Amino acid sequence: MTYVGRKSLRLITFTMICVLASLCSADEEFHINVKQLAGAKLRALPAIVAKFETSGERALPILRAMLEGALYYRKSDKRIVAAYRTETGDFRLDDLLEGIDLEVASKREIKKIVVNNRLRGQIRKIIARITLTSGDRFVRELAVDNMLNDLNKENLLLLRAARKKEKDDDILSKLNMAIAIDDLKHNESTQLRLDAIDIIDSSLQPIVVNTLNSLLVIDAEGMPIEKDEEVRERAMKAKESIELKISFYEVLQRIFYGLSLGSILLLIATGLAITFGVMGVINMAHGELIMLGAYTAYVVQLLLPNGIEYSILIAIPAAFAVSGLCGILIERYVIRYLRGRPLETLLATFGISLILQQTVRTIFSPLNRQVVSPTWLSGSLEINPVFALTYNRLYILAFAVLVLLCLQLVLKKTKLGLQVRAVSQNREMARAMGVRTERVDALTFGLGAGVAGVAGVALSQLTNVGPNLGQAYIVDSFMVVVFGGVGNLWGTMVGGFTLGVANKFLEPITGPVLANIFVLIFIILFIQKRPSGLFPQTGRAAE
Amino acid sequence: MKLKRFIGSLFIVLCVGLGIPVYADGHGTIKVGVLHSLSGTMAISETTLKDTVLMMVEKQNEAGGLLGKKLEAVVVDPASDWPLFAEKTRELLTKEKVDVIFGCWTSVSRKSVLPVIEELNGLLFYPVQYEGEESSKNVFYTGAAPNQQAVPAVDYFMNDIGVERWVLAGTDYVYPRTTNKILEAYLKASGVADEDIMISYTPFGHSDWQGIVSDIKKFGSTGKKTGVVSTINGDANVPFYKELGNQGISAEDIPVVAFSVGEEELSGLDTKPLVGHLAAWNYFQSVESPENEEFIADWKTFIKDDKRVTNDPMEATYIGFKMWVQAVEKAGTTDVDEVEQAMLGITTPNLTGGVAVMNTNHHLSKPVLIGEIQEDGQIETVWETFGTVIGDAWSDYLPASSKLIADWTDPVKCGNFNIETGECSGQNF
Repeated sequence: MTYVGRKSLRLITFTMICVLASLCSADEEFHINVKQLAGAKLRALPAIVAKFETSGERALPILRAMLEGALYYRKSDKRIVAAYRTETGDFRLDDLLEGIDLEVASKREIKKIVVNNRLRGQIRKIIARITLTSGDRFVRELAVDNMLNDLNKENLLLLRAARKKEKDDDILSKLNMAIAIDDLKHNESTQLRLDAIDIIDSSLQPIVVNTLNSLLVIDAEGMPIEKDEEVRERAMKAKESIELKISFYEVLQRIFYGLSLGSILLLIATGLAITFGVMGVINMAHGELIMLGAYTAYVVQLLLPNGIEYSILIAIPAAFAVSGLCGILIERYVIRYLRGRPLETLLATFGISLILQQTVRTIFSPLNRQVVSPTWLSGSLEINPVFALTYNRLYILAFAVLVLLCLQLVLKKTKLGLQVRAVSQNREMARAMGVRTERVDALTFGLGAGVAGVAGVALSQLTNVGPNLGQAYIVDSFMVVVFGGVGNLWGTMVGGFTLGVANKFLEPITGPVLANIFVLIFIILFIQKRPSGLFPQTGRAAE
Repeated sequence: MKLKRFIGSLFIVLCVGLGIPVYADGHGTIKVGVLHSLSGTMAISETTLKDTVLMMVEKQNEAGGLLGKKLEAVVVDPASDWPLFAEKTRELLTKEKVDVIFGCWTSVSRKSVLPVIEELNGLLFYPVQYEGEESSKNVFYTGAAPNQQAVPAVDYFMNDIGVERWVLAGTDYVYPRTTNKILEAYLKASGVADEDIMISYTPFGHSDWQGIVSDIKKFGSTGKKTGVVSTINGDANVPFYKELGNQGISAEDIPVVAFSVGEEELSGLDTKPLVGHLAAWNYFQSVESPENEEFIADWKTFIKDDKRVTNDPMEATYIGFKMWVQAVEKAGTTDVDEVEQAMLGITTPNLTGGVAVMNTNHHLSKPVLIGEIQEDGQIETVWETFGTVIGDAWSDYLPASSKLIADWTDPVKCGNFNIETGECSGQNF
């Protein structure tokens, strides 16, 4: 080995030791920082967390656990752990520094490191800065999105550096937008600023509109703050085109909201359209049949604690069966004896509704019960920053139409449907033809009640499951059926959607309270004009 | 036809049966009336308070009763029906001759009880946060007045979170309307511009929040920090928070501080969309103090359910009961006038480690806590006032009531004394 070779080897060894040493000390420093978390006051946490940024990716598991609210420390040895609740109610501990699983601990043995919103914001920003150069494109995109809300000098340096390396088109366009916004605000060159407006003028992000607005602000003396006229004009044009797009999407959004409200109305009214529309029974317990459906969803979820994701799908047929059976019982033991006496039917079913409510209150307590939404029903389908469709509403919309179609099929294509229609049109004649009208009555009522139960499952995803659930919807469902035309399922659908959309377009003008009142007044007037609703039954069936 | 008649009568019997109160009989006892709805919409909140009073009565009896007599609870069910509250109060006072009543939840039920309780000179302890603008000789308010809940919450938003744009969202009835009026006046006095305040009211039990939430989102997208002050009541909260979550609004973007969401309400819902949002109260179950631990343990034993939670109105009931017991001991009688005077200045430890004082305006001094909702349905304190805040019966921020004070000691002895004219206005309460 030559002298030179030996010398370089020594040099290499020396550098290696240096690098290792610095690594070690950085690691040690990180460990010390993490240890400080145990027992720290909420006020002291931001300073401790701020130090994690220098530790880079090593700090990510701790930061993420903190963000989820899963970071605890063990009281006995102040060890920082991520704790996750197990099925038995105890906690599974995970030492994030050493990467080892510890033994299961009870709630008393550990203490949570409480995080507040401000800290969460800070953590998110730190994670964004650390992961801006991450290998995972989704992590990177999230980092850029987070940094968009906070375009300070330091972040922009990082973003500019990231732009040079970025290959992904979507992320690149976001990076360009961030940098363009900064150019527009701080750059001196007119040409560069005009280019910047061109880059951002196709975006609907609120930050873009705000930036453009800030260019067009007029000060107290009526002089524009932005001195460059060319920039001002271009900004004005860009702003106008963006606002036009935004208002277009807002109308679309309103229509979706209206259809979604309509789909709820449709779901709750479909069952009533059968019991009230086809059979002519004024069923005041309809709301409670919906409630039973919602409670069925709750019970199914209780029985399948590990199947949150699909328990709702099992709940649909279960709710149909429970409410349907309950409906058949009501028909067999009460309504059957009151045929042709609407007032007494009304009173009796109202009584049944009170009995059902109080029964549920006794069994399940008067408190609301929680039906957890599966992940595929949470969140929204974001089409652009101003137009997003929430998944739960989207699925319910589709579901409502599906239920209606199935019902139409049953009524039009099956033997039962044929008999139902026959009995509702002319009971005596149907009986003369050998139809067992009593049985058909019970089944029809059961069908209507079952559909109400199915509606309850859908509602459990939107609102509280409690004993009063049904009361909230009974008036609405009668309203839709009467408006759409008694005895006509398509009428119910058109009625539901019309009322939903009308309500949602009135709401921004009048507020939700008045919107409801106006819709009600409109229906009253409409019924005066056309007593049998939108699509009245014609011919002999009408009698 | 027999069956039909049977069903008819069954129906009537059941309907009446649901409303029938539980009567108890006894001699030589002190009667404690409990006026909380056990059926109907408000049963969800009020049943718990009925149980709290029963627990306190039981504990007091175990400790030897009061003035050498046993306490006896008389429970009636006003069934969430506001006029029925007045009738049941009359029944408690004239027929049952109770010495004190613990009851009411909604403001409208209290307003319905007021004329009766003043006419018959009864004594009511009202344990719920309310809109203020009231002080009756016959009522002690152990819940929070607006300056003990709403105003500190707004201060926290303004100073600690830096909120500049405000959404005041509420259910359309008296408590949110009055509270929002006070808050609006307070915000404007603090220099918030008109266009930075959005006010929205929704009907009871509103479940379709899509439009309003997207309006809030739009209102909050101008670059200024936006916060929502929610006086949304009861059931409507769940769909509201769910919609916020689904539309991708997190507590960091637009925080919501609520005055009607407590542990009890949270126990019945999926807390995922609520995590990080705030609640302002005078008590949280999560507060660590020996008194609180004892109270929680007692409650769980009494109700025989380890999963039940405690909440702010329960603490208010607890404080009210303890104070009444002390006042009766001090006065040596249950006579309403003497107990009323004995109540003034009474102190009792509250459950958060401090001391509650009954002031001469019939309102309490309490600490104000602001907490963030956690995944497990508990609320962790993130901010609290230094010491306690004195409940203000008449808000200083409303022009009509800023000159009014309530003072039930001599020489004023009035619930609405005008400090400018030096007169007690004609209003009875």
